[in-house]
Amino acid sequence: MRFPTELKKIKYELEKHAEKMGLDFFPVVFEVVEFDEMNAIASRGGFPTRYPHWRFGMEYERLSKSYAYGLHKIYEMVINNDPCYAYLLEGNNIVDQKIVIAHVYAHCDFFKNNFWFQKTNRKMMDEMANHASRIWKFIEKYGYEKVEKFIDICLSIENLIDVHSVHFSGRTQVSESDADARIKVDRLRSKDYMESFINPPEFIAGMRKKKEDELAKKKEMRFTPQKDILQFLIENARLQKWEQDILSVIREESYYFAPQGQTKIMNEGWASYWHSKIMTSKALNDAEIIDYADHHSGTLGVRPGSINPYKLGLELFRAIEERWNKGKFGTEYMECEDYEEKRKWDKKTGLGMEKIFEVRKTHNDITFIDDFLTPEFCLEHKLFVYSYNNEKNVYEISDREFRNIKSQLLLSLTNFGKPVILVDSSNYKNRGELLLTHNFSGAELNALYAKSTLENIYKIWQKPVNIHTRINDIKVIMTFDGEKHETSTVQ
Amino acid sequence: MVLSIEQDLSRFKKIVKNKIRKDLNRYISHSELIGKKGKQLVRIPVNEIDIPDFRYDRNKQKGVGQGEGDIGEPIGVGEPEEGGNGKAGDRPGEHILEVEITLEELASILSEELELPRIVPKSEKGLTAERAKYTGINKTGPESLKHFKRTYKQALRRHILTGSYDPDNPLIVPIPEDKRYRTFKLKLNPFSQAVIFLMMDISGSIGENEKEIVRLETFWIDTWLRANYKGIKTRYIVHEAIAKEVSRETFFSLSTSGGTLISTAYELCYDIIMREHYPADWNIYVFHFSDGDNWSREDTSKCIRILSDNLLPISNLVGYGQVESSQSGGRFIDELKEEIISRDNLLLSRINSKEAVLDSLKEFFGKGK
Repeated sequence: MRFPTELKKIKYELEKHAEKMGLDFFPVVFEVVEFDEMNAIASRGGFPTRYPHWRFGMEYERLSKSYAYGLHKIYEMVINNDPCYAYLLEGNNIVDQKIVIAHVYAHCDFFKNNFWFQKTNRKMMDEMANHASRIWKFIEKYGYEKVEKFIDICLSIENLIDVHSVHFSGRTQVSESDADARIKVDRLRSKDYMESFINPPEFIAGMRKKKEDELAKKKEMRFTPQKDILQFLIENARLQKWEQDILSVIREESYYFAPQGQTKIMNEGWASYWHSKIMTSKALNDAEIIDYADHHSGTLGVRPGSINPYKLGLELFRAIEERWNKGKFGTEYMECEDYEEKRKWDKKTGLGMEKIFEVRKTHNDITFIDDFLTPEFCLEHKLFVYSYNNEKNVYEISDREFRNIKSQLLLSLTNFGKPVILVDSSNYKNRGELLLTHNFSGAELNALYAKSTLENIYKIWQKPVNIHTRINDIKVIMTFDGEKHETSTVQ
Repeated sequence: MVLSIEQDLSRFKKIVKNKIRKDLNRYISHSELIGKKGKQLVRIPVNEIDIPDFRYDRNKQKGVGQGEGDIGEPIGVGEPEEGGNGKAGDRPGEHILEVEITLEELASILSEELELPRIVPKSEKGLTAERAKYTGINKTGPESLKHFKRTYKQALRRHILTGSYDPDNPLIVPIPEDKRYRTFKLKLNPFSQAVIFLMMDISGSIGENEKEIVRLETFWIDTWLRANYKGIKTRYIVHEAIAKEVSRETFFSLSTSGGTLISTAYELCYDIIMREHYPADWNIYVFHFSDGDNWSREDTSKCIRILSDNLLPISNLVGYGQVESSQSGGRFIDELKEEIISRDNLLLSRINSKEAVLDSLKEFFGKGK
């Protein structure tokens, strides 16, 4: 653990400021790391120890090169854990470190208080290490390549979970007795040497088949479509114990990371709001102003083709604070049609600070945008919708209408910008095939990727896999039967 | 903190290398690489390294951005369709990910397909590059080279043998006899007096396409040898009705026209050897590429004479590659075959297309002469 004394003093000072301003966080363990360690940690999703997999190496390579070319620099990394772990980049100047430390405290406050993080594992540092050792055990037993190949398959579907399920229903576990019932067939009592006569093997096999079919039918009857496809496969696919275990590891990690994806704009906005507030009102001395401004503007810079979550989040929090300070909310304000009056509106309500703390507790990015994005905000911050122009092969600005901006933003945030997929049937065509449904919301699946993903699910399900979706606005079912792909239209 | 990411990284690199090896021909026939040098990075599309998932078709998607600009103003170029133009869908499982590797690395992957020429030490000067390689274990050595694992293993073995090992208190204390040290061997890197002559026909009868094939093949010979031998010399000769020596840059970019007198190139080559790379001191490799369309029968006879009497006796290897297209009916390769009584240091190869370059390289370097 490296954390130099000079930073300890700064940390202590900033911690006090953050506390006084109302932030409420887990204890934070800081460590200063060199850039390559930072890249290594970042490439593993922020954790120093994880199970071995080439994709972390790939990410590390990408980060290292991008760092070498000066395209990025990771200043800080915080892990949602109790205590929180935060890594700072060695060799940064003191102002940078101050900003980053203030930023970190706000992240930790967010982790601790935001509703969507309530069910995350706060001992994830340990859990990740446990996962690693579990998977190493399998590697020793089954070989590196075999395990790696299976992880590749799992990663292909790692996003197919139900992020809401953790809050609204208990997660079901694999029930051993259910699995046993499938194969247990009543036998007549017999002596050993009479066994094959009294309980002929073909009869037992026939009974077993019948029972299995009944069970499949029963399951099908009470089947309701479900979003947690990983859980579904863990329970129902013909996996070996170790494969089941690896899939559970992947699933658990997906659930751990999900809230971070659901609150990216809020979380970065919140941290930027507080580092800026703490620095400008308390921690900054005169000599540091220029460096601070430089760093801060770097964090908040925007490029035309994308939104910067730091910037959007920060500005939205500030807009909310101002509106609730001036009373720019409620029916009276909403129904006012005089533009000038609205602009000058100030009832001196002073509820801004209270409001943003409440927002950080109860919202996620989608509800955040849905509730607080206003036409005035879109205009002031020059938001627009872009779309792809087929003829020119360019993305171009296509719309600056508030309603369209908002619905597009909400659409891109829904399910982390990934298609929503459900399991619809585990006994499709009455042949034990798997049927998935893509909840179509306007954007089509990338057909190439979808095909390969079906192939991977086939490797788990071991029977044909289908997905219901749309291509060129026509309802289709894409099928992979283990050998070939087929796409058929549906009436 | 130990950077155990190294392990994931080397695994990733290994996977990339395997993919490249599987598809080596595609990269070898990639003309855009011509003109690059050793440490320069090249971007290579590698299939199936990306993990597939259900995702949207990006080019049919919209998004939200921030900034100035009127409606219709472009903000960025779209992504090329995956899997080639309009072909989406007929080749499942192909996800292109571009990786960056150096040309040297690419050449070293090529090495597994080809055998390096056996370059023999020929003169006193500039023979070797020595490199220490840690390969063995010894009982003595400097402390800094102590092999902890072996030392403790040895100590454990002694404890068990002498009965002093206590499983409840597994304390292992190595004594001097247990200590093991790493040792190194000096490895001689192939480094020798060797010169490669790359000769190319640039006469009018050769089309741009054929020239490109020759450039590709010579480029890979050049790159691959440079990546493997330190201090190897390459000399570049182009010819039409007259031959001249040119720089590497010129060689890979020049295009002219004129008649063809192959013998001029062979004469120049022999001349340079005798003046600057005396055969007693140098390993000599000669490669010549043309469309096989020589000006006259007499000149071909002259070529055969120079080859038989002068070049073949002093060269480790003479390679002739004939680029063939539908139009060209070059006879040179056949005449060589008929006229020169088989010599095992003369290799002939026909190259029909860019895709055939790798096979041709294998014909030249399959034997490791």
